[in-house]
Amino acid sequence: MNTAEIEKEIMRSGHMGCPGCGLATTIRLVLKVLGEKTIVVIIPSCVGPISASFPNSAFNVPCFHSAFEIAAPTAAGIASALKLRGQDDITTVAFAGDGGTFDIGLQSLSGAADRNDNFIYVCLDNEAYMNTGIQSSSATPQNVWTMTSPGGRRGRKKKFMQIIAAHRMPYAATASMGHPRDLMEKIKKAKDVQGTKFIHTLTPCPTGWRMAEDLAAQSAMLAVETKLFPLYEIIDGTQYHITYEPQGLPVSEYLKIQGRYRHFTADDAAGLQKEVDEEWDQLVTQARGCTG
Amino acid sequence: MKQLLAGNYAVAEAVRLARVQFVAAYPITPQTPIYEKLSEMELEGKLTGIMMRTESEHSAMAACVSASLTGVRTFTATASQGLALMHEMLHFASGNRVPVVMCNVNRVIAVPWAFGSDQSDSLSQRDTGWLQFYCEDAQEALDTVIQAYKIAESVLLPVMVVMDGFFTSHFIEPTEIPEQAAIDAFLPPFSIPTRFNVEDPAFVANVVSPTQFMQYRQRSFEDMEGAKPVIREVDREYREIIGRGYGMVEAVSTDDADIVLVTSGAMTSTARVALQSLRDKGYKAGLLKIRVFRPFPTQEVQELLKDVPRVAVLDRNISIGKEGIFCQELKAALYPLEHRPLITGYIAGLCGADVSPDMIEDMVVQALNIREPADLPIWVRRD
Repeated sequence: MNTAEIEKEIMRSGHMGCPGCGLATTIRLVLKVLGEKTIVVIIPSCVGPISASFPNSAFNVPCFHSAFEIAAPTAAGIASALKLRGQDDITTVAFAGDGGTFDIGLQSLSGAADRNDNFIYVCLDNEAYMNTGIQSSSATPQNVWTMTSPGGRRGRKKKFMQIIAAHRMPYAATASMGHPRDLMEKIKKAKDVQGTKFIHTLTPCPTGWRMAEDLAAQSAMLAVETKLFPLYEIIDGTQYHITYEPQGLPVSEYLKIQGRYRHFTADDAAGLQKEVDEEWDQLVTQARGCTG
Repeated sequence: MKQLLAGNYAVAEAVRLARVQFVAAYPITPQTPIYEKLSEMELEGKLTGIMMRTESEHSAMAACVSASLTGVRTFTATASQGLALMHEMLHFASGNRVPVVMCNVNRVIAVPWAFGSDQSDSLSQRDTGWLQFYCEDAQEALDTVIQAYKIAESVLLPVMVVMDGFFTSHFIEPTEIPEQAAIDAFLPPFSIPTRFNVEDPAFVANVVSPTQFMQYRQRSFEDMEGAKPVIREVDREYREIIGRGYGMVEAVSTDDADIVLVTSGAMTSTARVALQSLRDKGYKAGLLKIRVFRPFPTQEVQELLKDVPRVAVLDRNISIGKEGIFCQELKAALYPLEHRPLITGYIAGLCGADVSPDMIEDMVVQALNIREPADLPIWVRRD
């Protein structure tokens, strides 16, 4: 991607996110690529306070604050109307949190993906209901502390990209603000594909992850380098491409900077390391022999 | 030319005639034939827009709201549980001031599980900021859907066109389908600009302060009141071009009446038969059909009932803990009158239970002999 193409900022300064918010940076990167011919759909999540309070808007493009469980059908309705009006050159993008995607919005996302409605869905996954004050979602990893899992969450994080792959979307990818060029390349690809596109971003939350305000980028990079959050694409639900070869740092490097993992014992960390290694091997196997 | 049409098909014809651009729908009894007929029309090229087959009624309304905001004419249909699931989105539609038109086919709400006609589904959505029209038959449903677009796009509030499940939705009646040219003369193309203009970006549905919120709600309230002259005018225009009109309410033989029976929806047709029989027997009975429920036609009912000594209200719905909902609304509307009629509320026909002309006659005769106002309704059931 040519730097000249992405020079223009769509996100304005002065958003109302917490200091060091990884989610705000991610939105900024996405919108830089999508440009001025974009309509943004947001839903209740941290994106709400980040984007606006009357009469302000953090975006220099039209934006609609829809309801919690309907990011996908809202974007689908806009995209359909744009097509009817001959305005197909405008991109519709929906931003939703992990709660709005993994939990309450899963059904409506599935419906839109089944119809292959034409929009980009960006899941901003900060691994809990952060906007309401750090409650567990099905994206919260196992044993992690939140306000509603003070002893550590019992459930395991949903393997969401497998759910997405099962829908056979034309384009799906994981992306990280820690690897901005990779993220922006993926958004550019998604913009040029017809149908439902899904981008799963891990968006570090200093407030909810109980870490210092300057650690969002570092924690995002560590999640990738430890193979905990690998960067890859899935084309048509079948073709897997790993877009970045991680260093394979120990997961403890990622865990130790976050207070939400403070209670993890060496055994807990070893268990997680084993799981991460197994899942990476599976991903490598899935990607082997994939073309295009 | 008249054709034999079930109410559901009549509504689908209205959607076609209104040149609806975007339909989002999900199946539910007894509405499903609307969805099926529209799908058939899409295949035949008679419906040229986009049909979105959603995974729920909630998503159907979500997509209608956002498509409408983007500047196209939208439609959906539902019933019962589907309408209840949509509840959040009904507030969302009216709050966003979108002219979405929806047909709700009355069906009882579970539990117990059942399927018959019952207004409790739509009346549970009374306070969501939608206009509500209760139609007596297939013809009226067809005509009202077309009128609804003109009204909704003028007042910028969504409209729910309601008809009885099975009695209207499935019974086949002679129905006239207007000519496309006549409807085109009545209903211009959708002309509300998109709220999402990339040349002039704005934020839709922002977070506001309490005082700002009250301004929004007061404006919606005032515009709903302002819908009354619009409804009357649109009905007049429609009558002029198409030859049929219905009014906010319809009064039959109320001028000299000792008692007026108040009805809505399909039961009105049965009441017409009962009324004739009562007149033949010498009773001075009249009939008042309430067609528009939101905004409530207060002026009309006050004017028509101000000199009437007795009123009987027939409700195919129940607000548990009070009484029938049309009865409640009517009592409230008539309270300012100097000489208030004695009002008796009847609950009948819930879940599509049979209400025959002779049952209605019995109610009217009984209500004529009631001397004291009753707080609670009388339940009429044939077990």
